[in-house]
Amino acid sequence: MSRFLVRRLLLTLPVLFFVSVIVFSLISLIPGDPARVLLGEEVSTDALEVLRKQLGLDRPLHIRYLYWLGRIVKGDFGKSVRDGRPVLDTLLQKLPTTIELAITSLIVAWAIAIPAGVLAAWKRRSAWDYGATTVALAGISIPNFWLGIMLIYLLAVNLRLLPPSGYVEPWIDLSRNLRLMVMPSIVLGSALAALVMRILRSSLIEVLGTDYVRTAHAKGLNDRTVVLKHAMKNAMIPVVTIMGLQLSGLLGGAIITETIFAIPGLGRLAVESILTRDYPMVQGVVLFAALAVVITNLAVDMIYASLDPRIRLEERTA
Amino acid sequence: MRRSADAILTGLPAGGATTPRYGFGYLLRRYARNRLALIGLWVVLLIIGLAIFAPWIAPHNPIKTNFENLLKPPASTHIMGTDDLGRDILSRIIYGTRTSLLAGVISVGIAVAIGLPLGLLAGFYRGRLDDVLMRLTDAMLSFPFLVLALAMAAVLGAGLDRAMIAIGIVFTPGFVRLSRGQVLSEREQNYVEAARASGAGDGRIIWRHILPNIVSPVLVQASLSTAAAITAEAALSFLGLGTQPPTPSWGSMLNIAQAYLGSAPWMALWPGLAIFITVLSINLTGDGLREALDPRLRSV
Repeated sequence: MSRFLVRRLLLTLPVLFFVSVIVFSLISLIPGDPARVLLGEEVSTDALEVLRKQLGLDRPLHIRYLYWLGRIVKGDFGKSVRDGRPVLDTLLQKLPTTIELAITSLIVAWAIAIPAGVLAAWKRRSAWDYGATTVALAGISIPNFWLGIMLIYLLAVNLRLLPPSGYVEPWIDLSRNLRLMVMPSIVLGSALAALVMRILRSSLIEVLGTDYVRTAHAKGLNDRTVVLKHAMKNAMIPVVTIMGLQLSGLLGGAIITETIFAIPGLGRLAVESILTRDYPMVQGVVLFAALAVVITNLAVDMIYASLDPRIRLEERTA
Repeated sequence: MRRSADAILTGLPAGGATTPRYGFGYLLRRYARNRLALIGLWVVLLIIGLAIFAPWIAPHNPIKTNFENLLKPPASTHIMGTDDLGRDILSRIIYGTRTSLLAGVISVGIAVAIGLPLGLLAGFYRGRLDDVLMRLTDAMLSFPFLVLALAMAAVLGAGLDRAMIAIGIVFTPGFVRLSRGQVLSEREQNYVEAARASGAGDGRIIWRHILPNIVSPVLVQASLSTAAAITAEAALSFLGLGTQPPTPSWGSMLNIAQAYLGSAPWMALWPGLAIFITVLSINLTGDGLREALDPRLRSV
């Protein structure tokens, strides 16, 4: 176990290194003079010089990278060009909103995907199966920004069932907060539901064909117990293994969803800072998102390795 | 039991999907057995036709504004209505097929052109190149897809050409991983040994022997990625970073439509429906292709 832990941690280090290089390159690759890009055209040459020095533009690239990395490790993500506030403060301030959206969307996604996936695999090649797989394909194909706009039109503009957009903190007005979260969660959850359902379906079909499931049937257990108690435990492994991928989908989708529904989270912050050319903020959001995915993947692998000995063995023989 | 991440991501079975090479006619017959895939293919062909013959099919000029005809609901003269500048929405949808298909094909083309050779080399030679490439792709795959595409588009600047480059780069690691995985299992096959014994060099083995055997999974992934790339271009244009006005793009049409949702909902209905139908039919075609090319998937 400890060997697996060390190996997995060591493999994460180069990934983190490349993540940092990519994020650093994003701002270094901006065509032209970064200082001018950051400050705009109408600025004095003195101010430009100060910022160039501050950014270390007079030094070679690899030295700049090391300085930048040193600051990041110390938690200094730089300052926003727009409001001058530390980037990390803004990120941490917006984080809870996005976490709330991610959790409600995940609930929506799993609530749809797990029953649908089980039913499709259990009643394979039935109308249920074809129905569920077709709906899942449609769910993957439907652009979430369109789904969002159509839901606003239908539920808010036409039927006036829900408020169209906006955000209220849950501790200020919980019921309004939840009403505001319904449509964004459906939009963000539906694409994820389709992915989870497809994976659960194929993994459950695979498990249902194994010997231990046949044994369970042979000793006279009914279908329901075999599928829900015996097969599901193993079939859920791939679904939970791709938590990193799901989180990645949620963070990416949050960009669109938060923009459409005017939710002040990390996604909308990303769009706003890109449109206003607030590059330190862009860098901060991108780095933050990638770190979240890397850490989730690492955590999932660790938890699974401790629960399922086969995963450790597989790694050793690989 | 536990499928590899690659297998989960691509939906392909773990290990090499060595497809026996059948004739084109045989594959076509297998493909045609899947009715949904066939419908998907016909719709894709129809959309390609619309893109090619847009100037002859579109009833109006897609960028000509008409201030006496603002926000008109669907009627006989404008079947899908007009937009905020009085432009015919049907014509803009028809011309929009060009933007979308171009974005899909070019960005996936970039991803394959970079990803496939890198994957071939990494899988064939292993060693340090492989280690470095795998950690690099791990790092790239850690970024949420749209976050990275958006950040790249922001760095490169707005515009369709830059959006295509950004999407292409973001898709590249997927192709590196897929082709590398395929090569890893192919290089152990007897035919590679036989080729080497008969004196073939590395280049010839990779190009003439391994490549033809890994084409099918790459083709399947390319078709499914095209659908994703079309959505991505629409998303970037929706956020104002893709295609710039007045060029018709379904994503930017949706962006403008948001402001007129109460007064002109048809402005939002048609472009979204166009993206949905296009992406769905390409996905159906890709899924059908996967089933036709890999007989083992029939049993799943």
